[in-house]
Amino acid sequence: MAQALDRLLPQLANGDPALTRRGRFLDVTFLLKVGDSHYLIHIHRGRLEAIEPGPHVQPRWTFALAASQEAWETFWQAVPPPGAHDLMAMLKTGALRLDGDQHPFMANLRYFKELLALPRAKPEAA
Amino acid sequence: MTATPAPRFEAAIGRYLGLELEGQTHRLYVEEAGTGIALLCLHTAGSDGRQFRALMNDAAITQHFRVIAFDLPWHGKSSPPEGWQDREYRLTSAAYVNCVLAVADALGLERPVCMGCSIGGRIVLHLALAAPQRFRALIGLESAAHAEPYYDLNWLHRPDVHGGEVCGAMISGLIAPTAPARERWETIWHYMQGGPGVFKGDLHFYTEDGDVRGRLGEINTEACPLYLLTGEYDYSCTPADSRELARRIKGAKLAVMPKLGHFPMSEDPALFLGYLRPVLEQIRTAR
Repeated sequence: MAQALDRLLPQLANGDPALTRRGRFLDVTFLLKVGDSHYLIHIHRGRLEAIEPGPHVQPRWTFALAASQEAWETFWQAVPPPGAHDLMAMLKTGALRLDGDQHPFMANLRYFKELLALPRAKPEAA
Repeated sequence: MTATPAPRFEAAIGRYLGLELEGQTHRLYVEEAGTGIALLCLHTAGSDGRQFRALMNDAAITQHFRVIAFDLPWHGKSSPPEGWQDREYRLTSAAYVNCVLAVADALGLERPVCMGCSIGGRIVLHLALAAPQRFRALIGLESAAHAEPYYDLNWLHRPDVHGGEVCGAMISGLIAPTAPARERWETIWHYMQGGPGVFKGDLHFYTEDGDVRGRLGEINTEACPLYLLTGEYDYSCTPADSRELARRIKGAKLAVMPKLGHFPMSEDPALFLGYLRPVLEQIRTAR
């Protein structure tokens, strides 16, 4: 999943009208770290305008979210186990690290929780 | 002409109760359904008594229990006290204990069962210390002796972040991922409707004032039985926190509930009632 993130995430985000509407006042660039893979993600008016995979030279971002590849893979399971199922839960356990100016992240918390959960596998039909 | 169908009223009846608390007159919203043993229900921080809607609509429970839920001052349909506009709301252990006892007195409840969730799960521990003889049994949902803050509570109340949006988004993860969408989003909506600073003011009790770690040994479950129910997805009050609580209180009975989070009665009532019914049955048939 992590390997395909730069292709998948813009598709999923921009194909979700409820998400892009929710983010209509949001303009921000943030850094997503999936283990050693880094992605610079540009949001403009709620749309994921561009995602630049690293390595980056002098990247500029407002905030950064970092977790190991394993932590993200667990978060992206269809039904993640307790503690790995939510960004705030992962912040509490220390699996996720949040750096930089947290204001846009907190002011748009639902947006970011839902954006980053988009790669989550759909529960299999029983 | 076809006959007008009967209105689809639910069982609960709501009324406003005048009450003196902390030297001020309060107007509290109280809802109830059923007859029998009084079951006084305490909502979580920043929410209100609607969290107990499923209990009030469960005929098997209301057949034996008078289910009562009130909104704490500042919450739901209860008003903040006169002069609120220049005060910072901060819930304290003393005010909370006093409020629960005052409501029980005002309603003339004789040894009710008291069930609280989160801050309510904390206050039942304080009630077990302060007035065990006043209760037939205590039930702590998502109950821990203390909670360390894991984010800066100031985010919950500042003019450049929408309070309703951030409170709803903050607690959304405390709901189990398996919860039905309708109940999940109803639970989140209650948080989005909270007054400015109220959730944060409740968390003052939850993370600071209400710390009861030093007094757990004094709780006597022979004077009043204590039941604990904690959801496995709760990362605010974790199953480990509740296990530690149960370990330190002799006679406390703990069940960890798979596929539930921090708001069991509201996020997935059908699943939760399966855990609650045997507890209520034990309480009802004891002695």
